[in-house]
Amino acid sequence: MPRKEIELPYRIEYLSILDADGNVDKELEPDMPDDLLLKLFKAMLAGRRFDERMLHLQRQGRIGTFPPIKGQEASQLGAVAALEAADWMVPAFRETLAEIWRGKPMENFLLYYAGYDEGSKVEDDRNDLPISVPVGSQMLHAVGIAMAMKYKAQPQVAMTFFGDGATSEGDFHEALNFAGVFQAPVVFVCQNNQWAISIPRAKQTHSKTLAQKAVAHDIPGIQVDGNDVLAVYSAAREAVERARKGDGPTLIECFTYRMSLHTTADDPKKYRSEEEVKEWEKRDPISRFAAYLKTKKLLTDEAVEKLEAEIAKEVQDVVDQAEQLMKEEVDPADMFHHIFAELPPTLVEQREEMLRDSSLGKKEVDHG
Amino acid sequence: MAKLNMVQALNLAMKQEMEKNDNVVILGEDVGVDGGVFRVTDKLFDQFGEKRVMDTPLAESGIVGVAIGMAVYGMRPVCEIQFSGFSYYIFHQLEAHAARLRHRSQGRYQVPLVVRTPYGGGVRALEHHSESREAYFAHTPGLKMVIPSGPRNARALLLSAIRDPDPVIFFEPKALYRAFREEVPDEEETMPLGVPQLAREGKDVTVVAYGAMMFPVMEAADELQEKHGVEIEVIDLLTISPLDDELIVASVKKTGRAVVVHEAPRSFGPGAEIMARLVEKAFYYLETPIKRVTGYDIVFPLAARETAYMPNTQKVVGAVLQTLES
Ligand SMILES: Cc1ncc(C[n+]2csc(CCOP(=O)(O)OP(=O)(O)O)c2C)c(N)n1
Ligand SMILES: [Mg+2]
Repeated sequence: MPRKEIELPYRIEYLSILDADGNVDKELEPDMPDDLLLKLFKAMLAGRRFDERMLHLQRQGRIGTFPPIKGQEASQLGAVAALEAADWMVPAFRETLAEIWRGKPMENFLLYYAGYDEGSKVEDDRNDLPISVPVGSQMLHAVGIAMAMKYKAQPQVAMTFFGDGATSEGDFHEALNFAGVFQAPVVFVCQNNQWAISIPRAKQTHSKTLAQKAVAHDIPGIQVDGNDVLAVYSAAREAVERARKGDGPTLIECFTYRMSLHTTADDPKKYRSEEEVKEWEKRDPISRFAAYLKTKKLLTDEAVEKLEAEIAKEVQDVVDQAEQLMKEEVDPADMFHHIFAELPPTLVEQREEMLRDSSLGKKEVDHG
Repeated sequence: MAKLNMVQALNLAMKQEMEKNDNVVILGEDVGVDGGVFRVTDKLFDQFGEKRVMDTPLAESGIVGVAIGMAVYGMRPVCEIQFSGFSYYIFHQLEAHAARLRHRSQGRYQVPLVVRTPYGGGVRALEHHSESREAYFAHTPGLKMVIPSGPRNARALLLSAIRDPDPVIFFEPKALYRAFREEVPDEEETMPLGVPQLAREGKDVTVVAYGAMMFPVMEAADELQEKHGVEIEVIDLLTISPLDDELIVASVKKTGRAVVVHEAPRSFGPGAEIMARLVEKAFYYLETPIKRVTGYDIVFPLAARETAYMPNTQKVVGAVLQTLES
């Protein structure tokens, strides 16, 4: 009857490969093809520029409220880059760049945030769920998808995203528990951007890390520098391989920072200091990755300039295309689409009534 | 007396009651330093500190679950759920415990908590930020459901809700948060829960509404009078559940016609209950079928189609005129 320490199968590691200046740890440097590195760089830069453009459009009133991603480019892309097309991705609501990488057309974000439900359509060739706004609720779906993959003996993996705040919801703990019990092929990617609206990470949980939440379920957990795309990619690749081999789930905590607003309706000046933001600007994920690629002779200043021009044009095309789509008349009756597989008679009746009423409104305006 | 908008009026109710009663505490996401995403708890953190204005972890079930414990212990927790679209996480705690502990303990305990939460459309918001699902809560025995319609009654009803011995879910019409100001007395003012109010007297048609829908209804009342010479009698429910139908039944006995307006989906909504009561208690007084102007039984559309979804002045005018046709 001793009193002794219980040994647990996993300890919590921290992983960083590229420092803030772009110096690499040669021993940890992942083996990645040059074209993947460059593709990631371009995607990160495009993500940053697209985000800036969306903020601009929102400020001009051309789109509505949306959650910027600035600062989280590496922790989104490093993770999804480890997935195969046939794998499944289950995002929260701030994974704009991860969704773009997976194939969601950029104009759909503009449509969606301008208030067109069509913007959240999932294309037929993409195995991802649409965004999930209720915090913490979607990770269970990823676990279920992974359980179904295992049941059907498919060599696939599910990856789900969520924030630091989401780890407080009961559903998060249920998701980890189910994943552990059923050894589901799922990768949990926590985007710890240090804030949940105005609540700092330290007030969200008493624990030192979010990665350690894995310990309670005896699944591997790791904290990575989320602004280091190589570290995120390495951890994600390891987790995806583990899941694909049948060795169960992993929790990855990407330690990153929300450099911008919670959403465009938020005013961070009320709750956090400019100094804190400045500090994190020094750890920007894009500049350090650029420095690394330059040292590797994969990138030059001229190449960056060229990329910037390409991206600017691409973003402009996307904006033009989306605004064209918005100009085409919105049929209000479409709000009755996709409620059920088949529209029941009571909704057919309501749709008729709605059309009658809205045309009635219009006529009055015309005569007005 | 000061002219306040609804945000300020709600803030005043909490501030004054917290000054008076240190059992009153606030719990919620971003209610402290940030003052709430709509600023309803603005500056309360500065005045009362983190002990009484608690920024909680992001867990709605947790917020209401611990509030139940506090309430049973004798405190008066006021919880903020950031949007009613996220209140489904708390539904279980309310339904399984808050609304039943009085009964389950056979009167030994009570659960005097308040859940405040913004609801409703018309603000061009993201998914889950526009719904009106009061029916879920109104269908829960043991839970009171209150919806104010202006700054003054919001303040008075919230104060009554905090003092009420039973759990109250308090839906705040976010479209009205800053829509207009009203004189709100400095000295404390309460209003009884469970009592609808006559908002406008009329003889031709009874219109029952609540919350943000009072706005188009009152506009429709003016238009009907001016353009059609029709005088509608408007009843503001204020408390959805338990529903007191005395005023409604009396009014319909007088007018013989009724229209119910809510932005919640039509089927099984509060309108259905009001119509049922009228059929039970005023059937022989009804001259024409009762009409409903409501949201549709669909997922609330994003901004581009929101206007077509929402009940509005024209839809109310149209429905009232229809009840007068036959
Ligand atoms: C269940 C639920 N509660 C509250 C909200 C309102 N809300 C939206 S985002 C957010 C904070 C989320 O923080 P975190 O999980 O860290 O993600 P981040 O926003 O930082 O990406 C809150 C409280 C919500 N969307 N869902
Ligand atoms: Mg966060």
